[in-house]
Amino acid sequence: MNILITGGGKQVYYLCRDLAGKGYKVTVINKDREECRRFSRRLKRITIVCGDPSDPRVLEDAVAGTMDVVLAVTSRDEDNLAIAQLSALRFETKRIYALANDPDNEAVFRALGVPGVFSLTPVMANLIEERVGFPELLNMIPLDEGKVNITEIVLGPKSPVLDKPLRDVALPPDCLVACAIREEAIIVPRGDTALKKGDRIILIAALHVHDQAVACLTGSD
Amino acid sequence: MPFENSLSIIIVGCGALGSHLAGKLSRLGHGVVAVDLRESAFAGLPEEFTGISLEADAAEPAALKRLPTDTADMLIAATGDDNTNLLVAQTAKTVLGIPRVVARLADVAREEIFRDLDIETVCPARITAKRIIDSLPLGSVREEGEENR
Repeated sequence: MNILITGGGKQVYYLCRDLAGKGYKVTVINKDREECRRFSRRLKRITIVCGDPSDPRVLEDAVAGTMDVVLAVTSRDEDNLAIAQLSALRFETKRIYALANDPDNEAVFRALGVPGVFSLTPVMANLIEERVGFPELLNMIPLDEGKVNITEIVLGPKSPVLDKPLRDVALPPDCLVACAIREEAIIVPRGDTALKKGDRIILIAALHVHDQAVACLTGSD
Repeated sequence: MPFENSLSIIIVGCGALGSHLAGKLSRLGHGVVAVDLRESAFAGLPEEFTGISLEADAAEPAALKRLPTDTADMLIAATGDDNTNLLVAQTAKTVLGIPRVVARLADVAREEIFRDLDIETVCPARITAKRIIDSLPLGSVREEGEENR
């Protein structure tokens, strides 16, 4: 498989190293001559093209037409969009992934016909908000731009809701304990279901009551 | 003062071209909003400019939302960076629905992709080259593949 990566920095370096190590044919385009030299000294099995990856002539030099995958991960969104669109329209690349540094550009790229757009900001923000805020939170999926969240919570020993019927738990309105996973069993709780320590529960909560609901279930502030 | 046929025009990029254009359009009575990444760029706006200047990164959707895009009749992407102009022009046209969008194009080699994406372009290099060639005593030379744009 031929992979074209446009961009630089450590992340791109490690990505190239790993992909080349797995036997993929990797080509990198980078504007910075010094960085190109560094890449070529350290990575033996990749092809390096020094130039502006959004320039159609440079893409031609990098034989962009033979690429199975194009990854546009420069630090500038306008460059990533241009690379993605050139790859699609001029070189007919099938799989194109483009980084939207500004998460707001994710929707813009999609509207402009780049479905393979991704953004790292929400991933990192989620990591921080989940782990630091509530250690019991395993996973949080925002829906409709975060108006509703699906949250996975493990009930620890301090949880105030253990071993009592769910109907007696003072959960706020606009939220629902949709499911509890106890070892292998999937339990859809009813009013008389009692949650137990170690249960992994799936909470669906509107944004305005989310933190309150999580606090109520975990016992943390 | 704005007159009956006055248009509301956003100019992104306030370099030599953008600021000159902003002045001329102001003088013609149009309402102009001039946008640039660097506030220092607005020092180059001519005296006849009567519009609003706004420091913003037009490649940032949140910044574009601060512009009067709902009421704009036209957006001109006039930065010196073709990729910025391509992103801004497409966002203006497809996402914001501004009726008329024109992009400045520096690199003649990128004309095709702008055309494929249906963005109206003005390429100063092409126009200047044509003017020079036309002025030669040899008579006008028509470049291959050239269109009247």
